[in-house]
Amino acid sequence: MKRKNSVLSFAGVVFCLLLLLLFNKTFDSYKMRIFNLCAIYITLGLSLNLVNGFTGLFSLGHAGFMAVGAYTCALLTLSPANKEMNFFLQPILPFLANTEWPFFPALLVSGLCAAIIGFLIAAPVLRLKDDYLAIATLGFSEIIRVIFTNTQRLTNGALGLKGLPNYTNVWWSWGVAALTIVFMIRLMRGSYGKALKSIREDEIAAEAMGIDVFRHKVISFTISSFFAGIGGALLGHLLGTIDPLMFRFLLTFNILLIVVLGGIGSITGTVIAAIVVTVLMEVLRVLDSSIDFGLFVMKGIPGLRMVIFSALLMAVILFYQRGLMGTNEFSWDSLGKRLRRIKKRGPK
Amino acid sequence: MLKVENLTVHYGGIQALQGITLHVPHKRIISLIGANGAGKSTTLRTIMGLVKSSNGKILYDGKDITTEKTKNIVETGVVMVPEGRRVFPNLTVMENLILGAYARKDREAIERDKKRVFKLFPRLMEREWQKAGTLSGGEQQMLAVGRALMSDPKLLLMDEPSLGLAPLIVRDIFMIIREISENGVTILLVEQNAKAALEIADYGFVLETGRVTLEGTGKELLENNDVKRAYLGD
Repeated sequence: MKRKNSVLSFAGVVFCLLLLLLFNKTFDSYKMRIFNLCAIYITLGLSLNLVNGFTGLFSLGHAGFMAVGAYTCALLTLSPANKEMNFFLQPILPFLANTEWPFFPALLVSGLCAAIIGFLIAAPVLRLKDDYLAIATLGFSEIIRVIFTNTQRLTNGALGLKGLPNYTNVWWSWGVAALTIVFMIRLMRGSYGKALKSIREDEIAAEAMGIDVFRHKVISFTISSFFAGIGGALLGHLLGTIDPLMFRFLLTFNILLIVVLGGIGSITGTVIAAIVVTVLMEVLRVLDSSIDFGLFVMKGIPGLRMVIFSALLMAVILFYQRGLMGTNEFSWDSLGKRLRRIKKRGPK
Repeated sequence: MLKVENLTVHYGGIQALQGITLHVPHKRIISLIGANGAGKSTTLRTIMGLVKSSNGKILYDGKDITTEKTKNIVETGVVMVPEGRRVFPNLTVMENLILGAYARKDREAIERDKKRVFKLFPRLMEREWQKAGTLSGGEQQMLAVGRALMSDPKLLLMDEPSLGLAPLIVRDIFMIIREISENGVTILLVEQNAKAALEIADYGFVLETGRVTLEGTGKELLENNDVKRAYLGD
């Protein structure tokens, strides 16, 4: 059984790789961008799920850490000439003026920077619980944004940064997403992940079992910030331009939507929801333009797609209270069981 | 084995413990009885380091653990079965048990203890993959005890193990407590079910509004008129 499962898993990975190659060949740049966004949202969703789903801390500060990552990476990779062009109001700080790093180290450093900020924020904020924690993290995320708007010489303020090199391609975005998935699976299978879940279930009991609750919370928060930073950096280099307004609460909300829809505390759920939400956001754009029904033409109503989207969301929440996957994970065994059940029911 | 000396605890302005002194000798069952709000649970939680004491000393094997972190206390072999069971409801029985051994490194010894727990509670083995929240109250209590045993304790603190359980199951639980004690684990038992707790105990303490008002062997206390009137309902 185990052997069969690992063969199946291997086949699954090969299939995904082939799909990636196929899409890479056939997609135009518009589709490609959505495809990349899916992967970035998987990374971001998983990192938020680690804190909100597995550790049971309601954090709303994700956009802030993404901003830290995106700005760090952008400032490290932009060419000196490009920086001069961007910083026309006030010159950039001298120590950053001539840095032009390759993408990989810049990506790592942006993750680390976000993790450091996450760690610093975690120490005071994680003494709070539930709604208070949500408000405090939201506040810190806004503080980061406001600081970035006002540090003209470091971040170019409200003007943002333009002309980021388009490093994010299928391999980077999906590579990082795959690494994140593997990391999360390994983390949650280990004793460390079990400890995080036990904190979510019952903090006092976890503490009585000898688990250092506060330390575990801080580490979980820091890891989550790290991946948020990397996700932010990838996003910046996909869009080519970043500014502080991009990292408002709405961005956190989008990621939260993915986590809740997929199932709080399910890796599989987050992956599925990230893809579905990202694709749907684009597909439903059709509704915003005018539609020809043959007999009559419906005039386009801008924003209609969000209405439909909200209705869909409500339907999902109504029928799947705990998200599409709950806290369950995909496994070949459970898939087999389900298929057998459908087969049995079939002939009737 | 465990000595509590003149322990005082404040919750805000309220004094929950007003200087209690307990002595828990090696390999014995010691019961702590008293009414609601007498400070029984607080005593256990303070020993575990979950609540800070404002005065007094807790000595374990001669070592001062008054200000020690809970994690370190668990590592020295003191563990608590919390009141109201508090199993992790969305984790499986197995995961609950493994978490009990979180502070330990020795995998072989953990495997051995897992077998020991399953031998003590065959019901848990049948339900190994079930989520703990779906177990019955009695089974959850067994799981809570099993989880605590997974940390290989020398001293087990039990907070109201009979709470909310049917009389038959309560009897089972107390039989198991005796069995654990016979395996060489010292037990400090907190109970409202005074009769059962004193019958099983080698020595008992009666707590009233944060003070020890009476102490004696289980038998002595059972026959004491004040105890009879206040806690046994005779």
